[in-house]
Amino acid sequence: MSETIVPKINKFIMTLLRRSFIRMGVLPFLIILAAIIFTSLSSNFLSVRNILNVTRQSTYLIIVSMGQMLALLTGGFDLSVGTIIAVSSVVGAMAMAAASSMFPGAVVLAIVIGLLAGLLAGLTIGAINGIGVSVFNVNPFMMTLGMASVGFGIALYLTGGIPVYGMPEQFSNIFGFGMFLGVPTPVCITALLAVIMFILLNRTRIGRYFYAIGGNIKASSLSGINTRWNLFLAYLFCSGLATISGLLLTARLETGEANIGASMPLESIAACVIGGVSLRGGVGRIDNVILGAFFIGLLQNGMNLAKIESYLQTVVIGLLLIFAVITDQLRQYLIAKSQD
Amino acid sequence: MQERRDQTQQKQLLLKLEGICKQFPGVLALDNVDFDLREGEVHVLFGENGAGKSTLINIVAGSLRPTSGKLIYRDKETHFSSVHSARKIGISAVFQEFSLIPQLTVTQNLFLGVEKTRRGLLDQKTMNLQAKEILNKLGFQLHPAAKIMSLTRAEQQMVEIAKAFSSELSILILDEPTASLTERETERLFELINQAKSRGVGVIYITHRMGEINRISDRITVLRDGRYVTTLDTGTISDVDLVELMTGRVIDHIFPKIRYNPGETLLRVENLVTEDRSVRDASIEVKKGEIVGMAGLVGSGKSEIMRACFGIEGIRRGDIYFEGQRINKITPASMMKHGVFYVPPDRRIEGLLMMRAVRENISLSALDISRLSIGSFFLRTQKEKEMVQELATQMQLSPPKVERMVGHFSGGNQQKVMLAKVLTRETKLFIFDEPTVGVDVGTRAAIYEFIRDLCEAGAAIVLVSSDLPEILHLTNRAYVFYRGKIQAELQGDDITEKNVLLNFFEQDAA
Repeated sequence: MSETIVPKINKFIMTLLRRSFIRMGVLPFLIILAAIIFTSLSSNFLSVRNILNVTRQSTYLIIVSMGQMLALLTGGFDLSVGTIIAVSSVVGAMAMAAASSMFPGAVVLAIVIGLLAGLLAGLTIGAINGIGVSVFNVNPFMMTLGMASVGFGIALYLTGGIPVYGMPEQFSNIFGFGMFLGVPTPVCITALLAVIMFILLNRTRIGRYFYAIGGNIKASSLSGINTRWNLFLAYLFCSGLATISGLLLTARLETGEANIGASMPLESIAACVIGGVSLRGGVGRIDNVILGAFFIGLLQNGMNLAKIESYLQTVVIGLLLIFAVITDQLRQYLIAKSQD
Repeated sequence: MQERRDQTQQKQLLLKLEGICKQFPGVLALDNVDFDLREGEVHVLFGENGAGKSTLINIVAGSLRPTSGKLIYRDKETHFSSVHSARKIGISAVFQEFSLIPQLTVTQNLFLGVEKTRRGLLDQKTMNLQAKEILNKLGFQLHPAAKIMSLTRAEQQMVEIAKAFSSELSILILDEPTASLTERETERLFELINQAKSRGVGVIYITHRMGEINRISDRITVLRDGRYVTTLDTGTISDVDLVELMTGRVIDHIFPKIRYNPGETLLRVENLVTEDRSVRDASIEVKKGEIVGMAGLVGSGKSEIMRACFGIEGIRRGDIYFEGQRINKITPASMMKHGVFYVPPDRRIEGLLMMRAVRENISLSALDISRLSIGSFFLRTQKEKEMVQELATQMQLSPPKVERMVGHFSGGNQQKVMLAKVLTRETKLFIFDEPTVGVDVGTRAAIYEFIRDLCEAGAAIVLVSSDLPEILHLTNRAYVFYRGKIQAELQGDDITEKNVLLNFFEQDAA
């Protein structure tokens, strides 16, 4: 009796696993696997405090990944997100420091000036990326790689490689360490951005056009879509999100730095790919991308708790990215097979 | 005649296919097809688009594997795992879609995969010499060092043919090889085929042209809807009977009766020259309530002129008037606002977002109209769903799942999705560019009825087609293009196969 039931249960579990893999991709499995491994390595891992901590730490990557997703959806990518973070951090911090020394009493004014300056700097890089890709048909790889070098150079030139101090304390108190209704401000801002992004991608024309352009740019153009304008917007929005992330990081670090964000291009692309965004464009869901970025944060936190050296951590992230791409191929194959 | 028959029968069997079936997702492309090829004969495969000819030759050439059935080459059952393994035993194919690498030169393409080497390095000199030899032998005036992308379509066709002839041949497959060749080049090709025949090469030849069948073939196998109909000796059947065999009982029903009611002029094109000169000095006129055909060879300008009117091809000179007004800004978006809709010929390349749902594909070009959007930003997703569901039912999409990926539907249903798109907007002029390429007979009939309904409802329709029967049966006026120029304008009863074909080629040759 039990001899016939066991294979049946096994078969049932296998089909269930297979179905959920086809539906959701590899990510849920990875999160469960990571949770099991890290919990067994460190008792602190699953504590509420640690999970909250991971969430807060992940926000910066989540925001950048949402931007990266837009570039990927249109069939390109943005390698300059790290530079955008650095430039916005440096320019924002310098402007804020200058403003606060000029008008010592007006803290809010100084913060606003700093934020606007940072935003302007970041969006400028995004606009140049967008113009290069959409108007001059430069390959997104070369365009954003080139701008990454330009931006990084500017950030270093402006600061001489030294961190920028002199921002009002309140800036960090609010945007770096502050709480809103008991939730860290960065988490609140990320949640708000996630909602906006969800609406943008699923309920607006622009979002639909991003998917369409990545799906088939010629067909989109023949359907009357202004592909240039929408491609431009994708890179502009991407830089906007990276800039917000950069300014929030600046608040957290209490200094403007040219060296932050170097790992962001790889990590944000990894988060998107693990979250099921197609590198060929046209496919991807915002909720999965957020989960993908969260997973990378979880992994880094877990490895820290397990006292894995930070140099080795980058090895793990890189391997994971490749693994995600391979499993995605497998998933596409299974999807095609199950549809026959 | 009797003599020729005896001769061919004595010749040895090269290839025999028995009970070949090929199942694609949703379509049975070949259903139990038999075919055989003897040494030194030209065997024509005859059938409509979608009859299974291409699938069959792809199986022989090793690029597709049959779902079931036997393939016997020289009395031995064989399986081709790839084009390469078919090539090794001397099976070469010239497909309509070229297998050339545009960035490489003629020589490099001719020797692709069989490069000559000397001490481990490429032997450029020998290869260039041999390439020149091959081209001279074939009588093609091509420069071996020219890059493929700098050649015309006809020249690329020659390279493709040269490639097939450059290796040791036992079976040669030619898929409409003369489609873009001139009269002279065609003659030369026929000579080559005759030479190959005398060396014992078996040729499988696909063509739609009666004249070619009678001139060079020995036997004809007719396919219809993926099934084997019959095999005949050339000369034992009249052209009319052959066409009837090809189309079968469907011929009466497939083309609907259309009531034309030409009204005021909607589109007027004057002396149009495109940026790449694929259209030179062409003027046309399209009226409401009529179907205007655009006939000609591939690359003759018949498609390019309409693409220029929709803003896809650059315009060097010429004027376009719509509803009497001269149009200055010609982009797809602006033309759609005027009420023009262009349905492109290739679903995969220009038509659909294969990995997106049917819903998103159908509504894509109508997201800016007020029925589907709130302001210029937000979408009415519920309204969108309702509209798409309605259209899917109307077009008899099967299965009727609008959230399913378009890429997972059969070719015919993908075509229906493309056509459903045109119904999402208010449109006055419909341009259909090869609307029935690669769809089965049933869907074809449905598409023709679809076009008829649009026409009878008063819309203006332009039908660009390489399929002659479509031009003959569906249009009330037709322009025939040759090398970018309008060779003839035919009306009503003057649109006959003879009149159209006459103008496909140079006037002096005809």
